[in-house]
Amino acid sequence: MAKTLFQKVWEAHTVRKLPNGQTQLFIGTHLIHEVTSPQAFGMLRDLGLKVKYPQRTFATVDHIVPTNELKEPYSDPIAQEMIEALRKNTKDYGIRFFDTTTGTQGIVHMVGPEQGITQPGTTIACGDSHTATHGAFGAIAFGIGTTQVRDVLATQTLALSPLKVRRIEVNGKLAPGVYAKDVILHIIRVLGVNGGIGYAYEYAGTTFDGFSLEERMTVCNMSIEGGARCGYVNPDQKTFDYIKGKPYAPKAADWDAAVARWASFASDAGCQYDDVKVFKAEDIRPTVTWGITPGQAVFIDEKMPALETLNAADRQTAEDAYAHMKLAPDTPIKGTKVDVCFLGSCTNGRISDLREVAKYLKGRKVSPSVKAIVVPGSQLTAIQAVHEGLDKIYIEAGFEWRGAGCSMCLAMNPDKLVGDQLCASSSNRNFKGRQGSQTGRTVLMSPLMVAAAAITGQVTDAREVFKV
Amino acid sequence: MSLAKITQVKALALAVPGDDIDTDRIIPARFLRCVTFDGLGEHAFRDERTGPDGKERPHPMNSAQAARIAAAKQGVMVVGFNFGCGSSREHAPQSLWRYGFTAFVGGSFAEIFFGNSTTLGVPCLTLSKEDLAECDAFVRANPDVEVTVDVAQLTVSAGAKTWKASIAASARDGLVNGKWDPIADLLEGADSVAKTAGGLAYVAGK
Ligand code: SF4
Repeated sequence: MAKTLFQKVWEAHTVRKLPNGQTQLFIGTHLIHEVTSPQAFGMLRDLGLKVKYPQRTFATVDHIVPTNELKEPYSDPIAQEMIEALRKNTKDYGIRFFDTTTGTQGIVHMVGPEQGITQPGTTIACGDSHTATHGAFGAIAFGIGTTQVRDVLATQTLALSPLKVRRIEVNGKLAPGVYAKDVILHIIRVLGVNGGIGYAYEYAGTTFDGFSLEERMTVCNMSIEGGARCGYVNPDQKTFDYIKGKPYAPKAADWDAAVARWASFASDAGCQYDDVKVFKAEDIRPTVTWGITPGQAVFIDEKMPALETLNAADRQTAEDAYAHMKLAPDTPIKGTKVDVCFLGSCTNGRISDLREVAKYLKGRKVSPSVKAIVVPGSQLTAIQAVHEGLDKIYIEAGFEWRGAGCSMCLAMNPDKLVGDQLCASSSNRNFKGRQGSQTGRTVLMSPLMVAAAAITGQVTDAREVFKV
Repeated sequence: MSLAKITQVKALALAVPGDDIDTDRIIPARFLRCVTFDGLGEHAFRDERTGPDGKERPHPMNSAQAARIAAAKQGVMVVGFNFGCGSSREHAPQSLWRYGFTAFVGGSFAEIFFGNSTTLGVPCLTLSKEDLAECDAFVRANPDVEVTVDVAQLTVSAGAKTWKASIAASARDGLVNGKWDPIADLLEGADSVAKTAGGLAYVAGK
């Protein structure tokens, strides 16, 4: 019978059926970070349990690390305490830790792919909802709570129920100035922030075939914003090429067998999907959010919705959103004043993002009214960027060049909005208070749109600013 | 590991209206800066409850009803649709549970929030849109009447009213049989786990 990748991976990792009807699923790869793991280690100690497969858990530190202070002890004692707790836990249990001193630290969803830990046909869990990022490699990857982190540490398994699979096909070529970020913002806008509940999203079509792995990661990353617990792209030659030579990639003698195995996990032709949605790449234009959920989005040249055009439920959230954002219905979003620009995060903090923006930024200057920061998602990305001289381009343009971490994506470190500042952000969440100030405002967009906002001091169309 | 069988939660209720209430609103990220869940309860909905000026805002969590629930360490929160969306942080259900909420009734729940709550032994029951509106109105009008969330019978009732509720079968099973924390079951399967692991080349680094 023809099967989806999801079904094949699920079957290969099924341990047994549990008495309550759920599946005990083997988690081949477990990623941990400093925020959601310490309590899990605490529970493990309370129960007197050990880590069952320490070599299948990998740790890094990302959320709380300051990105403008590289020496320890950090001036923030809580950040110091959290990083030290992770050092102790990984040492006590023999877990590999990509620490700040190793040159390999970074946002957990960047470290996995960079190290070749993220592989097709595997199951990956992490106490972070953007774990779906790893689905770009054809893995079934999802976020879990802290008690489940405990479960994986203690047993390398989870109690789960299978998901339905929705194939989201995007075909055609994106116009210049339109990016993977616009594709996922558009998908979420159309299908809704809870449209994906109960589903795994399979992203497919010629647009995805043409995407690099980094572009695929940007899309899979935001599956959760569409309500889907995980999202994936079927593995292909690009996937294998990306993994080849990475530290944890299968070595020479095992390589061919691994590729054959990986390829066999791709969804079969003629398999059954629970749902299919089809989009045309040509229909997608640069997209920005105007509200407080990622689904509240418009094309840059559109007006924000008039309240009358919305159904009752959407209208209530929209009223709340307009009040928080201090924006008016039925007016253009273009021209909205911007105070802060943030380029980074596990959605768009990769080398391809930094390169693409740098290409256009040369010789331009950040508006004096804007504070702009660029935060490479990982140390390896930062090192590569410096090697290519990208840091100089950003610094000359007036961006602050930072160390690796999550930074202003969720503002658990010192990078925070102040008061009702409006931030043009390449991250993934525009929830109230997300960027560290209760009244702070977030407008999500692609990296190049963030750069255009930095230069003009406004939410604007990057295609015009940079003559794309 | 023996756990309590959770067949029914009978307690005072608080309505917290609104759809798509995300985990950043339930527990703002700055309170995630901790290595234990202790003390999270008092920060539930912190930024909705307190303005940037430090003054209290009108919010159900600032009501006398909320204070009664906190004191009793027992309560039912009546919410809207897609409650608990956003991040996977267990800090969200942990903070509400530590505050005193021992059951949720709503239109729908974000998956990870639902799973995290169930693992704490906190049932999340779903009502139809119409019933939810009625339940919400009842709770507001009758703050002194206890609401019964019946996991075994799949009903929510208060006063003379009873509404038909639903919950994923596996979660219901776990709660009523005292197996809502799956760790015991997962540990039992160790031999089968080793077998599955043995069949996966990448687990051996190949
Ligand atoms: S960059 Fe943002 S979304 Fe990604 S892991 Fe860090 S905090 Fe979460």
